[in-house]
Amino acid sequence: MLRPRIIPCLLVKGAGLVKTVGFGRPKYVGDPINAVRIFNEKEVDELVVLDIDATAEGREPDYTLIRNLAAECRMPLCYGGGVSRVDQFERIVSLGVEKVSVGAAIVENPNLVGAAARCVGSQSVVVIIDARRDAQTGRRLGWVRNGTVPTGLTVTDLVRRATELGAGEVVVNNIDLDGSMTGYDLDLAREVGIATSLPVTFLGGAGSLTHIRELFSAVGVVGAAAGSLFVFKGSLRAVLINYPRRSDRDELCLEVANRSVAS
Amino acid sequence: MITIVNYGLGNVQAIGNIYRKAGIPVTLAEKPEDMVGAERLILPGVGAFDWAMHRLEESGMRPALQDLVLTKGVPVLGICVGMQMLADSSEEGVLPGLGWISGTVRHFEPGAAGEGVRMPHMGWNDIATGRSHPLFAGLESDARFYFLHSYYFEPVEHDTVLAWTDYGGRFASSVGRGNVLGVQFHPEKSHQWGVRLLLNFARG
Repeated sequence: MLRPRIIPCLLVKGAGLVKTVGFGRPKYVGDPINAVRIFNEKEVDELVVLDIDATAEGREPDYTLIRNLAAECRMPLCYGGGVSRVDQFERIVSLGVEKVSVGAAIVENPNLVGAAARCVGSQSVVVIIDARRDAQTGRRLGWVRNGTVPTGLTVTDLVRRATELGAGEVVVNNIDLDGSMTGYDLDLAREVGIATSLPVTFLGGAGSLTHIRELFSAVGVVGAAAGSLFVFKGSLRAVLINYPRRSDRDELCLEVANRSVAS
Repeated sequence: MITIVNYGLGNVQAIGNIYRKAGIPVTLAEKPEDMVGAERLILPGVGAFDWAMHRLEESGMRPALQDLVLTKGVPVLGICVGMQMLADSSEEGVLPGLGWISGTVRHFEPGAAGEGVRMPHMGWNDIATGRSHPLFAGLESDARFYFLHSYYFEPVEHDTVLAWTDYGGRFASSVGRGNVLGVQFHPEKSHQWGVRLLLNFARG
């Protein structure tokens, strides 16, 4: 039985980790390698690390940091930030990273996705789409470059495009819900779940295990990623790295499995 | 002593770290001379099949590897694409595989597996060990491993299958013939279960 994935997402800024709200207001939450060590102990399903400055600053990914993260990680790692060429995919994968994500490329350089897939394999090519709700129409529109550039397309259109281009996974990162801890955008998750047969992961909004359970109930075996939930504790948002216990996760997986058998 | 074939692909450092933590010496072989006297070999791999075969060829280590495994009988463990490379060929590419275990690497047909079975196969899944093998000692029940692949090993002979995994139908998640072993999942990324498997390989 394939289990749904529960995935901490860490944001790198400068040499440290931060957590944002609405893609802004970065708060320092600690050291990346230290965080990975703690997540190793907690046996997390997978880890996403996004360098949120690399693309904006137009610089190369920090290969030293990536190498150190990959060597330390005893779980699969997805890296994103500053990737716009096939040779960067090659280099990052050869450093021991399982998955590499791109965002802006899907509109700015769509051929990159397929070219990278032919080289490192589609399973290692992840497309991240930043989602923002259009206030007038209520439609979820896709943004890139850390939520600063609108694509003019809906998230589901971009998800279909990523699928056609040969990506191996799609991550939908919800700008409006980032840091809100109020729950995932389940309507969008359902739309995206239907729009593609690729593995999908949702990021943005998780504030409790209940929210993750709601996501799995809505879309089945997918990835539930979260930032704040796994780095903050309590209403004062004190920094404390945490992750659900294995017994709780197993119970959740079993619920999802039983539901899919019943349906 | 574990010798990891470091031809530029796969998570060599993560594998090395697990062994070092257990007090088992590790050599990262980057040229044929580094493989002299190897007792146990690990052939890691990620990425596309042809890319991996090409990189192995370019490293110049293939003849030495072949000699150690086929002539001297040194145990080898292929991981992920490293397992697929043990086959004769792959639908993912045109280059021949190593051909150490008869089989073809096939593509998971998208959609063929049914509703809700997303492809690639990505995440934590179970294994069912077909027959008792030291590689899976202590992992017969409740173990889970991390998978990330769109292609799977279809062996010619079913008795080379060490473990099956179910994902819209069963496929061989581990194969073995004599001193040649392979796992489709990533033990170096599979927490305690993966550590156990890697240590089993070192000690088995």
